[in-house]
Amino acid sequence: MTQHFSTTGHDTFVGSPRSRVDGPAKVTGLAKYAAEFTASDLAHGYVVSSAIAKGRITRIDARAAEAVPGVVKVLTHENRDRTAWLDYNYQDAVAPPGSPFRALYDDAILYSGQPVALVIAEDFETARYAATLVRVKYDTETPVTDVRQVEDEAYVPPKKRNGIKPPPKPWGDADAAFDNAPIQLRQDYRLAIEHHNPMEPHASTVVYEGDGKYTVYDKIQGVSNSQAYIASVFGLKKDDVRVMNPYLGGGFGSGLRPQYQLFLAMLAARDLKRSVRVVLTRDQMWTFSYRPDALQTVSLGADRDGGLQALRHDATGATSHFEDYQEVVVNWAGVLYKCDNVALTYKLAKLDTHTPSDMRAPGAVTGVFAIEIAMDELAYETGVDPIALRLRNYSDVDATAGGKLFGSKALKSCFEQGAERFGWAKRTPEPRSMRDGRELVGWGMATGVWESMMMQTNARAVLTADGKLEVGNTAGEIGTGTYTILAQIAADSLGLPMEDVTTKLGDTSLPEAPVSGGSWTAASSGTAVMKACRSVAAQVFVLARQMEASPLANVDFERVVFADGRIAVADDPSRSVSLVEAMRAGGMDRIEAVESATPDKDFNSAYEAYTHSAVFVEVKIDEELGQVRLTRVVSAIAAGKILNPKTARSQILGGVVMGIGSALEEESMMDHRLGRFMNHNLGEYHVPVNADIYDIDVIFVDEEDKANPLGVKGLGEIGIVGTAAAIANAVFHATGKRMRHLPITVDKLL
Amino acid sequence: MNRFDYVRAGTVAEAVQAYGTADRARFIAGGTNLVDLMKYDVERPGRLIDITRLPLDAIEDHAGGLRIGALVTNAALAYDARVGERYSLLRDAILAGASAQLRNAASTGGNLLQRTRCYYFYDTATPCNKREPGTGCPAIGGLNRIHAIFGASEACIATHPSDMCVALAALEATVRVSGPAGERMIAFADFHRLPGSTPEKDTNLEPGEIVVSVDLPETGYARNYTYLKLRDRLSYAFALVSVAAGLELDGDRVKTARLALGGVAHKPWRNREAEALLQGKPATRETFQAAADLVVAEAKPQSENGFKVELARRAIVRGLEQAAAGTPQSITDKRIQ
Repeated sequence: MTQHFSTTGHDTFVGSPRSRVDGPAKVTGLAKYAAEFTASDLAHGYVVSSAIAKGRITRIDARAAEAVPGVVKVLTHENRDRTAWLDYNYQDAVAPPGSPFRALYDDAILYSGQPVALVIAEDFETARYAATLVRVKYDTETPVTDVRQVEDEAYVPPKKRNGIKPPPKPWGDADAAFDNAPIQLRQDYRLAIEHHNPMEPHASTVVYEGDGKYTVYDKIQGVSNSQAYIASVFGLKKDDVRVMNPYLGGGFGSGLRPQYQLFLAMLAARDLKRSVRVVLTRDQMWTFSYRPDALQTVSLGADRDGGLQALRHDATGATSHFEDYQEVVVNWAGVLYKCDNVALTYKLAKLDTHTPSDMRAPGAVTGVFAIEIAMDELAYETGVDPIALRLRNYSDVDATAGGKLFGSKALKSCFEQGAERFGWAKRTPEPRSMRDGRELVGWGMATGVWESMMMQTNARAVLTADGKLEVGNTAGEIGTGTYTILAQIAADSLGLPMEDVTTKLGDTSLPEAPVSGGSWTAASSGTAVMKACRSVAAQVFVLARQMEASPLANVDFERVVFADGRIAVADDPSRSVSLVEAMRAGGMDRIEAVESATPDKDFNSAYEAYTHSAVFVEVKIDEELGQVRLTRVVSAIAAGKILNPKTARSQILGGVVMGIGSALEEESMMDHRLGRFMNHNLGEYHVPVNADIYDIDVIFVDEEDKANPLGVKGLGEIGIVGTAAAIANAVFHATGKRMRHLPITVDKLL
Repeated sequence: MNRFDYVRAGTVAEAVQAYGTADRARFIAGGTNLVDLMKYDVERPGRLIDITRLPLDAIEDHAGGLRIGALVTNAALAYDARVGERYSLLRDAILAGASAQLRNAASTGGNLLQRTRCYYFYDTATPCNKREPGTGCPAIGGLNRIHAIFGASEACIATHPSDMCVALAALEATVRVSGPAGERMIAFADFHRLPGSTPEKDTNLEPGEIVVSVDLPETGYARNYTYLKLRDRLSYAFALVSVAAGLELDGDRVKTARLALGGVAHKPWRNREAEALLQGKPATRETFQAAADLVVAEAKPQSENGFKVELARRAIVRGLEQAAAGTPQSITDKRIQ
């Protein structure tokens, strides 16, 4: 098992609050995004989207569009070039089982908003105008887009999605135990369909380099995924496709899979042998990937003190007709709570929509929301304080993994410190018992949980003779602070100031990393960068020791520290050599190392790894008018070592705000007669604005974890999990109204 | 967005003339709504007549009230000292709407002429009688949570989205327009129309007529007023229900009352009987409830917006309470008074 050690024997930058190293580039506009890269021969593609949800295209008349001066070509399923034949070729690194959607493949319409043509013109405005002139005739069939309509046809997915744990086998007898339990609670829960809606719409700029070679700027959370997809779909050698994406204007999971604009831009560039950019409109951001609807039932049987005797969580999640999208919805209660009789089931139902996709804490947002409201209901039913109830049922082992221990689980500290900071002890438990003037006050809490994962990841470190260090890999910087934490780790690993470190990410010319998702990038790329830097350190050390009259002669690598640009003997700092001197003496211009970080098999066979949180919220509600203000949030997080408290806090703030959106505002409204999302703009799809956000207090509790040498667990998703349940629980405390369907809007509160 | 001619008018007469000769002409000032609609291919003007150079950007004293030029921006109007002092209801309504950026660009005339935010109106893949007469109204029986509960028709259940206009309706402003047949004044209540069988027409403007000014009468209800806006988030959302209330009190009795609702009809919604009912009555919750009951008695909700009836009833009561108490709803503090 790997020993937990700090990167250099002493942390200088790791663990300290640091501003984003890419901040100045972002706020001055120097940071370039996929649609901002250009080429002298650039043409612009505009997507024509299907008006119907199901049926066939009987005719596409593009003559009027083609006649517009400046239009280069209109691509449809009738005139496009051939691409790869097999489904396999379209399956990207995170694809669920099934037949991935292929744009302009044939005349079949699988969902509303599906791309049916690409108008390519010399400028964007011409393409957009000409797109309005493309006439598409359809043979329309009745779509089914309401999961309730197909609940009876729900099925257990025959093929498991890679990386997604199916529900564990049941243990005990949940149904019998429920029937015998003194306290029985069974309720349905539902959250709204959500779309990711990053600020940056999806876009791809394909630069044709001639000779069958392409440079692609793609909005993606990991360029390696796009590169492999392009090579496979278009029959190209990977070396002929370089994909870059140095910055991402938010992804939240919508950029994990290569989306159809990439396929269309590549298709057009290959066809025309020129550079092509395709940018989706805000409306078109509703034409792929969303957080799916799920019908959920939670059944809790308990003794009168709240001890769980039976636990059932049944969910039917929506997917498309062409892929079996899966996420972990029902396992969480089994991870969090101790119970002898547990049944967890997860089925899918097919709809005439695009395939759903991972959206921040996929599955956990859905399932934990239901479980954590159910636990609050149990708290009221038994008169046990919500925290005490969770402690009574607290599990020290992961029952869904055969009772394996947790590598670390500081959730109790989250309860303690969160409750203390929030002032939970002053809460009067009866609903409607707290007021502030005209407003009812509600205090609610919930637990959050997310997997802590690490993925096979490579990274490179290059030290040059001027003492500058460059580190990097293909990982996507999705706005989380990856550039910054990697620079911190690298600087400490070689004892350099942070300003001497440059991080390069999102370029397939660098060593491969997986997509940035699942909160695994800090652990995975962080460890790989550290290892690459330590490898460089070992090489410089050899040079230093070989110097004439070296102060480090006869000293072992284990006995030196790297600090202030020098290698010094740990217990005798007066004996030291600077990195620059060592490289000069050795005649080296650069030292390069590529290292790979892999999950620790020994650790993983002994332990399960999760991040946890306790979320406390205060709502103030004008009951007569159904107006909710979320006036306070305390989110206490246990996520191992915190590399950078500043960017870490921002991560949690973002997660909490997104959780507030999920609880109170976000809802993609589907007109089931048309099979079409109708509020497809940010005026009518509400996400929180500044006025909705009051105080958010983030606490990181101490937690030592040994899953990786950095002791880091990842923070991208944990901030959102549990937030919606805590809000719903606070609304109950304030009003006595139990909200089991999100979002909690005025109509539900009146 | 289609291709269009662009003409810049120097005078109102030039603008009116430019409109007359063109196919599908539209005046453009701030463009905060029109340009969006053009991008969505909902508006397809043959000619855009740029009126931003017309001399209509002044706020002047006029007949005891104020004359607001059609090109005065929403921001300039809201932050005008005279408006803040005498017509704070109008100021608050403006500031309850849109965002600072939009208010900086949007004009007074354009605010009157902004179009509905009905989902179906904005989506050319769906039918819409307002967008394409005769194609049908999928909002009926569809997604109509945000739609009208008053004055709708079988052809259209859209609402007018403006906040400013709700205040102008309560204040009984007058709209001065100029057109091929010369100048005329339109009472605010007659400016917008109900959808009836011709929902494609939002207003009673004749083709080629241009809004020149909005004239405020002397009485501004600056002492007892409120603009209470209820919506799905605390800022930057259209009203589910909004209430503009202005009262003149005589001791603890209502001397005169003005009440207009937003977000509930194809135009700012007024109920003269309810206003009459308030007159001479004690300014109490019971009185306000009676008025509110009278207003909502004629509500006809759709499949998903029944909640708006009760919300409107309660909002009217609260709005009148705020106005009577002289504690108007704060625009910055989101706690409802």
